[in-house]
Amino acid sequence: MPSTNVNPTRMELTRLKRKLVTARRGHKLLKDKRDELMRRFLELVKENKELRRKVEHGIAEANKEFALAEAVMGSEAVKTALLAPKQSVSVEASSKNVMSVNVPVFDYKTRTADKSDIFSYGYASTSADLDMAVSSLSKVFPDMLRLAEVEKACALMAAEIEKTRRRVNALEHVMIPDYMEKIHYISMKLDENERSTQIRLLKVKDMVIQKNYDAKHAAQ
Amino acid sequence: MYKIAAIGDRASVYGFAALGLDTYFVTAADEAKKLIRKLEDDGFAVIYITEQLAELIKDELARISEAPLPAIIPIPGVYGNTGMGMKAVNESVVKAVGSDIV
Repeated sequence: MPSTNVNPTRMELTRLKRKLVTARRGHKLLKDKRDELMRRFLELVKENKELRRKVEHGIAEANKEFALAEAVMGSEAVKTALLAPKQSVSVEASSKNVMSVNVPVFDYKTRTADKSDIFSYGYASTSADLDMAVSSLSKVFPDMLRLAEVEKACALMAAEIEKTRRRVNALEHVMIPDYMEKIHYISMKLDENERSTQIRLLKVKDMVIQKNYDAKHAAQ
Repeated sequence: MYKIAAIGDRASVYGFAALGLDTYFVTAADEAKKLIRKLEDDGFAVIYITEQLAELIKDELARISEAPLPAIIPIPGVYGNTGMGMKAVNESVVKAVGSDIV
């Protein structure tokens, strides 16, 4: 018997039985949580990958266009053109609770009402390539923000899934078998005690009867 | 109200200034770490970082990935796509599922 450091008493037995019930219920709930988290996680990862491909492609394109603009205008001119940005974005970050994981939700606002108000320079002195570059970058921006949201959610959910999985496994393979073994040990011990009491009583009864019998015979 | 930043080498991130992002030009690892800590305190919710730079400060990013904010997102720089961003996604799958299944 490995873990026999329990008191074989009825009180301990009821306590352990109650604990076993709680552990079983917790195990079931956590398992459900893990499964649902996993389902959502896989959905999100799919979206994450798609977005990432799109964003990476978009940024690569924009970089090419910026390089072209720089080649046409000279890098100093490009830098000057973008020196004083007209637009500024801010995000409203709220959080959404997905299976007890708080994932962020970003909602972005631009300072000027027109979201396409991104050209911070006069058109006269700049090349059209720069306009193209800036506008293609602004096209990928909503996807970039969504990517930030999804990627963060994925990272947080992955951590939560790992934690939940550990808990489920600990309950399933350690706690519950341990409780069951202890309960088994206690009930066996109690049964054994009961049997030995019964035998002792039988013996005592036999002895008493024998004694009475002997006393009766001696008197005759 | 949170802000958005883009950090990395100058050529990779200066374009984002046009969109209204705050851009910071850093290339050294310890400089970047310091900057990220500062940005965390200054209320930035999203930080885009070039993959080249992200590669240098992986330990710092791992620390932040557990916190709800900010979200630090690696993006390809002008020197091309290192595939690090995609790898990070796959790593999170491995972490959650136990093996790379998607």
